[in-house]
Amino acid sequence: MPESDNSRGAALSRRKFLGVSASTAALSLVGDAAGASGSAQEAPLRDPRALMDTVLKVNGVRHQVALDERTTLLDALRDHVGLTGSKKGCDHGQCGACTVHVAGRRTLSCLTLAVAVGGAEVTTIEGLSKADGALHPMQQAFIDNDAFQCGYCTPGQIMSAIGCVKEGHARSDDEIREYMSGNLCRCAAYPNIVAAVSQAKNSMGG
Amino acid sequence: MEPFTYERASTPELASGSLESALARMGNERTVQGRWPAEYLAGGTTLIDLMKLEVMRPRHLVDLGELRETHGSIKVGVDGLKIGALATMAQTAEHPDIARNYPVIAQSLVLAASAQLRNMATLGGNVLQRTRCNYFRDVSWQACNKRNPGSGCAALEGVNRLHAVLGGSQDCIATYPGDFAQALTALDATIEVLGPNGTRTMAFVDVHRMPGTTPNIETNLAPGEVITVFNVPAGPWTRRSLYLKIRDRQSYEFALASAAVALDMADGVVRGARIALGGVATVPWRARESEAMLAGKSLDEQGAKAAARAAFADAKAREHNAYKIALGQETLVRALLQAATMEA
Repeated sequence: MPESDNSRGAALSRRKFLGVSASTAALSLVGDAAGASGSAQEAPLRDPRALMDTVLKVNGVRHQVALDERTTLLDALRDHVGLTGSKKGCDHGQCGACTVHVAGRRTLSCLTLAVAVGGAEVTTIEGLSKADGALHPMQQAFIDNDAFQCGYCTPGQIMSAIGCVKEGHARSDDEIREYMSGNLCRCAAYPNIVAAVSQAKNSMGG
Repeated sequence: MEPFTYERASTPELASGSLESALARMGNERTVQGRWPAEYLAGGTTLIDLMKLEVMRPRHLVDLGELRETHGSIKVGVDGLKIGALATMAQTAEHPDIARNYPVIAQSLVLAASAQLRNMATLGGNVLQRTRCNYFRDVSWQACNKRNPGSGCAALEGVNRLHAVLGGSQDCIATYPGDFAQALTALDATIEVLGPNGTRTMAFVDVHRMPGTTPNIETNLAPGEVITVFNVPAGPWTRRSLYLKIRDRQSYEFALASAAVALDMADGVVRGARIALGGVATVPWRARESEAMLAGKSLDEQGAKAAARAAFADAKAREHNAYKIALGQETLVRALLQAATMEA
């Protein structure tokens, strides 16, 4: 079993690998864990080059993708699911441009491994507007307040701002500044962003 | 980022077993940057960042994410707090009982990182976060004893404005970057650890090791061991406690100097002081000399200054960080005087 695991990972094309069922992957995990109690030497690790079958639930839609374990949620969203609204700024968790919601909490998708998301619901900027195209109150507030210049940080700002309001930390301008400090804007639209969050807080019922 | 294999664990026992067996398969040697070649993944906010920088290159990850439900709860009792190590920073900071009765804990967490990072990062991972020393984080610098044992320390004669003045050695002066650990240190917290040899309890102050001649070995945790619980004992000092953090900008920045202070006071007299310093030392730094000088006396500015001087009596500055000796003392003085005015 371990040998065939190795050869499978190396020999199968990505398309064929997609066909390998999730239950097979789960079995090999059990095998690894069982190795802890005894013949550790006889249970070599999986080939790290093999792709991992992963299911992502994004904006209410289930996506099955085969990913290198190294793939971040951000890269999976942009390159595998095709949703390029979430932006890559620093790619090190410092700028907030990649902010999405995972299980309802604002999260940096660049520091999240896609394979570690599990079955959690992911919401991106593309998932905010209603089916009829009506914008989320936070999106509308950013437009109303001119809360951007180049717009690159805006998807992350909006996702973060919704989290800020839902967490109850938009009670004053100072509090908005503190709880939005993880989102940088090189155009320095900060005063207008604070105004937008403040406006949306009222329309969101926060 | 270098390739690795990945697995999830559904219990701490399985996690520890998986990590141990992975290490056994890989030869059980500290080969990769002086670290064990398998790591636990929790919030990932340190690990994934350092893996992208190739400062950390684990060959195997054991994901603890599934333990968040079972090992992420916060229990408040008359004898203290029992917090699961998979609790997030945000969840702990927002807990009303902690904010009211253990303000130093809530403040140390809410003044750290950003809202997104606090949603992701777990307490266990937070206390094990690695230094922000630029020579450590940038692999183009060959000399870093922490990352490349025996290669030297580029910070000693380099740009060392952010480096430690307490607890350093000729091999490493990297600052311990966290905040929460100072609160735990001041409050005499203990941790429960699960590993290949079962469970054990250790004093939190014994977790981190000063660099000495082996700065690559940062903690006294054995390979395969995982922190499962933080225990914080209750006491008359926890309500009169605070965390004061001084930094280059007002939000979302690491400490240049910080102080976690908890005072047990009666009629204006300090019955007992508990103090830990951050931003200035290689490990979360318990300032016992200062505590001894404050005990049994009323707290005034003169006494606070004398206590603060004692904390930095053995401080050693390099070219750019001498200001931390003055800043660290001022920070502690302000924290003490502020705590004295709190209602307990």
